[in-house]
Amino acid sequence: MKGNEALVRGAIAAECRAFFGYPITPQNEVPEYMSQYMPDAGGVFIQAESEVAAINMVYGAASAGIRAMTSSSSPGVSLKMEGLSYIAGAQLPCVVANVQRGGPGLGNIAPAQGDYFQAVKGGGHGDYRLLVLAPWSVQEMHDLTVLAFNLADKYRNPAMILSDAIIGQMLEAVELPDKVENCIPQKPWAANGAKGRGRNYITSLYIAPETLERINLDIQAKYRQARKHEVRYQEFMVDDADIVLVAYGCMARICRTAMKLSREKGCKVGLFRPISLFPFPSERLAELAAAGKRFMVVELSAGQMVEDVRLSVNGAAEVDFYGRLGGIVPSPVEIMEQVVR
Amino acid sequence: MQEEIIMAGTGGQGIMIMGQLLAHAALLEGRNVVWLPSYGPEARGGTADCTVMVSEEEIGSPVSANPNTLIGMHQLLFDRFQPDVKPDGLLMVNTSLIEGCALGDDCKVLSIPANEVAESHMGSVRVANMVMLGAYVAASGVVSMESVIAALPEVLPPHRHKFISLNDKALRKGAEFANLD
Repeated sequence: MKGNEALVRGAIAAECRAFFGYPITPQNEVPEYMSQYMPDAGGVFIQAESEVAAINMVYGAASAGIRAMTSSSSPGVSLKMEGLSYIAGAQLPCVVANVQRGGPGLGNIAPAQGDYFQAVKGGGHGDYRLLVLAPWSVQEMHDLTVLAFNLADKYRNPAMILSDAIIGQMLEAVELPDKVENCIPQKPWAANGAKGRGRNYITSLYIAPETLERINLDIQAKYRQARKHEVRYQEFMVDDADIVLVAYGCMARICRTAMKLSREKGCKVGLFRPISLFPFPSERLAELAAAGKRFMVVELSAGQMVEDVRLSVNGAAEVDFYGRLGGIVPSPVEIMEQVVR
Repeated sequence: MQEEIIMAGTGGQGIMIMGQLLAHAALLEGRNVVWLPSYGPEARGGTADCTVMVSEEEIGSPVSANPNTLIGMHQLLFDRFQPDVKPDGLLMVNTSLIEGCALGDDCKVLSIPANEVAESHMGSVRVANMVMLGAYVAASGVVSMESVIAALPEVLPPHRHKFISLNDKALRKGAEFANLD
């Protein structure tokens, strides 16, 4: 099945019971399949009047304690940033999928990774982060969506699936488990009817600076926990490598083949693939730098994740960058030539 | 051995469904497979191509720089992809819509007037894609024709199932054109 369909199947399996969306290529299969599967699952599917409306519907559903999500592609995700900041400020769980396309502006519908900064550095206003996961296969579109719902609930914070037009649109075989592991905690804070209890009040408005500072410190404490417990990555042939390619999502797939081609040319190349982009696998990259590895970061951007790699190694290793822009996707041969050079 | 096929034409020719059929057929045979589409925002016209990879091994890059096979359905993208085909690869040319195929060095070339074949034998130019796919499957042996036929009901949505027998016949007709000499 397509990556976008696998994402939907993951969300349904994760007991997501509210989807609000608005069409945009290359994520249109997400609302399409949601409209098919969600009613059967007894949930709510609404095609909203805009991306802004969709994210605020998610805000409402999440306030009621329901697992809720929206999806879009780059320009549409920009429109959701205000809502995401509110949801993070109100400390609510939800999932947002971004099937990235070319930018800036309306850009085009080809694959790109230009939204990394927006995804991992917050995106909207205020001191918040999204928990960001980057699938590299159709299988992971399913599996990481389940994980995203669990992380969102665990940390009461929005989680993002940062995908792209390749992973969203491609067809691969998927194994759908009979049952996924859903860790859905009690939600005593939910505004779901105050029968037999006092009212719950959900807001991101805290007029008193002392209160707002305390809320901010609580939020930051959650991110420290996430940095401790939620770092995920995968390594290929790193042990004997002189150069380690660092790439996520579709570029990690292409780099895996580039790694193979480079080794056929006698270059000892490995691959490091961050799966969680926030929290970023900084410690492991620092270890590899200390072990004398050089890095080459490959992205479909002008160089975004490369900044986090440089921060991670903190000058202890050489970090090169290769990127293509505007929806151009480099082939494994093109990357191999960059590495071997 | 990894088989990498690019199918290229214009919107409306059924390029995506050709690739999906091949991908599903390979999946039915238990192989690793990736299908990756590329298209413009247009519903008709514009360019449309897809890449299919079939392998016994786990597939890395879904993007191919040098396919083993190019199935050209229209001049538009054929000219762009033709130089990329591996030297010992296979060029399949829909001569109804492509002229002036500069012969690749050692490429095998299979020329089929797919639109005419579809029109005259099947009564519908719309199955020109199945004629080409049938010829490719027979010429390459990448998957069996039975697997492709078996994939038809999976790939075509239910409201198109009335066309399964037409597609079936077009695939088999295409196979008759698979002689490389």
